[in-house]
Amino acid sequence: MITMQWAYSLAGLMFAAFAILSALDGANARRFGNAAFWGLMALSLIAGSRLSDFANGLLVLGLAGLGGFNLLGRSAPPSTTEAERTAWSERLGNRLFLPALIIPATALIGTLVYNYTPLGQQGLIEAKRETYIFLCLGALIAVGVLYAWLRSPAAAPLQEGRRLIDAIGWAAVLPQLLAALGAVFAAAGVGTVIGEGARAVIPEGSVFLTVLVFGLGMAAFTMIMGNAFAAFPVMATAIGVPILIQAYHGDPAVVGAIGMLAGFCGTLMTPMAANFNLVPAALLELKDQNGVIKAQVGTAIPLLAVNILLIYFLAFR
Amino acid sequence: MSHYFVLAGILIVVIGFALRLNPMLVVTVAALATGLISGKGPVEVISLFGKAFNDNRIIAIVWIVLPVIGLLERYGLQQRAAAVIRAMKAATVGRLLIVYLLARQGTAALGLISIAGHPQTVRPLVAPMALAAAEKEHGPLDPETEDKVKSYAAATDNVGVFFGEDIFIAIGSIILIQQTLATYGYTLAPFELAIWAIPTAIAAFLIHSARLLLLDRRLSTGKPFGLSLSKPPSSSATARGKESPSTGSGRTEGEP
Repeated sequence: MITMQWAYSLAGLMFAAFAILSALDGANARRFGNAAFWGLMALSLIAGSRLSDFANGLLVLGLAGLGGFNLLGRSAPPSTTEAERTAWSERLGNRLFLPALIIPATALIGTLVYNYTPLGQQGLIEAKRETYIFLCLGALIAVGVLYAWLRSPAAAPLQEGRRLIDAIGWAAVLPQLLAALGAVFAAAGVGTVIGEGARAVIPEGSVFLTVLVFGLGMAAFTMIMGNAFAAFPVMATAIGVPILIQAYHGDPAVVGAIGMLAGFCGTLMTPMAANFNLVPAALLELKDQNGVIKAQVGTAIPLLAVNILLIYFLAFR
Repeated sequence: MSHYFVLAGILIVVIGFALRLNPMLVVTVAALATGLISGKGPVEVISLFGKAFNDNRIIAIVWIVLPVIGLLERYGLQQRAAAVIRAMKAATVGRLLIVYLLARQGTAALGLISIAGHPQTVRPLVAPMALAAAEKEHGPLDPETEDKVKSYAAATDNVGVFFGEDIFIAIGSIILIQQTLATYGYTLAPFELAIWAIPTAIAAFLIHSARLLLLDRRLSTGKPFGLSLSKPPSSSATARGKESPSTGSGRTEGEP
């Protein structure tokens, strides 16, 4: 069976190549910082499940130290110039979009075929992970097609990949680190304390104010934790189930579904949701790392208000 | 009272982000402090941190697309995306991003989350297209306006996926809601939950689309987003636009 470990190993080999190319890059003054950082990522992806939890913990501290003390440099691997790119773009025309569509098309068609034909019942791929496997397959096919079509230099995909990953830098690993922080918060009982606090501010007898605290609490706790998944069980246990559903007889489906979406409004407004907010800022090379959040606040706040009203009107019909 | 001390980690995060300290350090210190305050030993805390990091490796899989995206950029994909938009008379930033928002919400509602995203589609296609459309409306862009347009491209991807995915019944958040409520004896089918994601999806589309149209209006009036731009006369703007057709779209990866 094709498991997620196959995908981890493939990504790990890519990071290992980034590490080796970094170490050989004499133009980058901090090349060994980059090599160590991407090397640790490679180790985690390839061998993480065979390392002890403590060894994985030391690995994370290594990544945090290298990234945190700015030991990574921005590399400039060999690529084409702006003028060459414009010339290629004119020469190749819209055919250039076809290889770009290979990854999404493979992921899309692969997922659909796997789920809606008997192929999926063979158990070839780890359950619920088929899209990730097809994503990796699509990436491999696309690289193969580009090699065959444009006769790229052998190292070009890895050098170009390194150019992009170095533009993102340590922000590429931050989302995983934040997920780990969430797990430590949960184990330390942070959720229980927040839940008690939220309950303490609810005035008795007002359905609307309770809905308001529930919705705002979902958004605020999501902003703290960086994702609504960590916030939902806490707010459901503190307010959603005992007060909105049991005491005031709200519709559990509405309270649950729209409560979660109120949390998603919080995700739009927090740097803790690094993969959605900080990573694109790095990837698009914005000067302000909070630029994406600033573009989202104007959608998130009115939408949060709409969600609170929807819970109030739909759950208590 | 003392159990409130576990909130120290949140305080560290808030202060650290507010002071713009390096997030890698802030997050690590917050995790170690929270673990130690809750009474765990150092080895136990580091092990917990390491296990959780390892359990979340799936987040790193998306970087597998970088060699393909980089290779396509090498052959001018961003320039091509910009050229296509320049050839479309009706294309504006707002209209372009509204179409993308609809497509992203629609595919996410079918459970197709990973087919698009910031590395897969926003950097190579959506952002350069949005910049090209903005240049048509506004003339050459100052760096602040350029960043503003790119930020909206990324924001549109997020809004689309967040408020589309919960309409799909087999998505993680629907399963989490179902399981949480089931522990209290409320057994709901995923479909019963997913249907209540539709009103919010519609509201998200309307609110964000309205903001995108406002962005168009702001660009077409030529008001700068930063303070530095003195708007060049329109004739020289078109001339400059023709001389360097890839301004903006190519600048995103300019290596200093």
